[in-house]
Amino acid sequence: MNINLTLIGELIAFVVFVMFCMKFVWPPIMAAIEDRQKVIADGLAASERAAKDLELAQDNAKAQLKEAKAQAAEIVDGAKKRETQMIEEAAGKAIAERDKIIASGHAEIESERHRAREELRKQVAVLAVAGAEKILERSIDAAAHSDILDKLVAEL
Amino acid sequence: MAADTGSYIKHHLTNAQMCSTDTGIAFNKACENAGFMTLNIDTLLWSIVLGLIFLLTFRSVAKKATTGVPGKLQCAVELIVGFVDSSVKETFHGKNKMIAPLALTIFVWVLLMNAMDWVPVDLIPTIAGVIGGFMGVDSHDVYIKSVPTTDLNMTFALSLGVFFLVIYYSIKVKGFGGFMKELTLQPFNHWAFIPVNFILETVTLLARPLSLALRLFGNLYAGELIFILIATIGLFQLPVHFLWAAFHLLVIPLQAFIFMMLTIVYLSLAHEDH
Repeated sequence: MNINLTLIGELIAFVVFVMFCMKFVWPPIMAAIEDRQKVIADGLAASERAAKDLELAQDNAKAQLKEAKAQAAEIVDGAKKRETQMIEEAAGKAIAERDKIIASGHAEIESERHRAREELRKQVAVLAVAGAEKILERSIDAAAHSDILDKLVAEL
Repeated sequence: MAADTGSYIKHHLTNAQMCSTDTGIAFNKACENAGFMTLNIDTLLWSIVLGLIFLLTFRSVAKKATTGVPGKLQCAVELIVGFVDSSVKETFHGKNKMIAPLALTIFVWVLLMNAMDWVPVDLIPTIAGVIGGFMGVDSHDVYIKSVPTTDLNMTFALSLGVFFLVIYYSIKVKGFGGFMKELTLQPFNHWAFIPVNFILETVTLLARPLSLALRLFGNLYAGELIFILIATIGLFQLPVHFLWAAFHLLVIPLQAFIFMMLTIVYLSLAHEDH
């Protein structure tokens, strides 16, 4: 238990150990710890940034979706409008066509009737002449009485 | 039994000593007259082995230290280093690259040396006795004390190392004049009180290494003594020994921590200008 030379020996050992620790142990371990702290801090900052980016992107996507929906609605509206317009146009065209067809039909009927009447009128003249011949039992000079016949035909 | 117990305890509390005499290197009983020129080889052996275990373990971790995912050993080492670093940063606010490694060395080294207290008191002396027997020495003449901090030489070496650093940094930071002023103009700032101040401050200064060394020595010596006493009570020593060892879960780290903390405090006081 007496103080002896051991004290000096331990003092030397102490100094050597502390110096070794100061040169070769503390700096690399501290460097590793501090580097890792930096890495972790960077990672946390990056994740925070990523979360913000994600939120932003989500907002962006929502806005785009909304816009797209509005556009789609607009397009559908436009299409509906076009449809009714086209239907109306087609209906208008059809009516016009129908009217045209009816008109041409009328005109044809009119001209047919006119022709038929002329024919009839001619035939009536012939029939009248024939009837008159039969009634008079004599030949009527067609040339001499053509003025009467023409008057008759005109009256018919 | 009583005499046996006495010699048993005394045997366990005697250091293995070595000295050089006229007839060459001698051990223990032959060294009674060697006085200061004696080496406690067990204290030296165990403290240096434990110090090397500490330094080589930490060095191997430091060499392989990655900034990525650390291994388990690296985690443990970083835990200790981080703990010491935060203790230093809480107390010491100056710039000194020496204090943190010094605190780490003191903490882990003292912790390891204190932890030798947990080794059963008869294990190492018995092994040493057997080895001594093979070497032709009576096993009763083979002494070995395996807890270095139960040797005053060890604790005083640590506290004097710290004491020299305190004086070195006091003079370096405040200058020799500043250091002398601190010793002579406190606590009573008047020229007439210079001698009184000097005595008071010198006692304060000297009390620090003394208390530092004696606190560690006293705690561990008493603990070891109780362990030895417990080992003499027969079969009941097993539960009692367990209890005392469990209690040392508290004492051993606490004493290492106190030694480290006071070292930091003393050195930070040395850096402060009043």
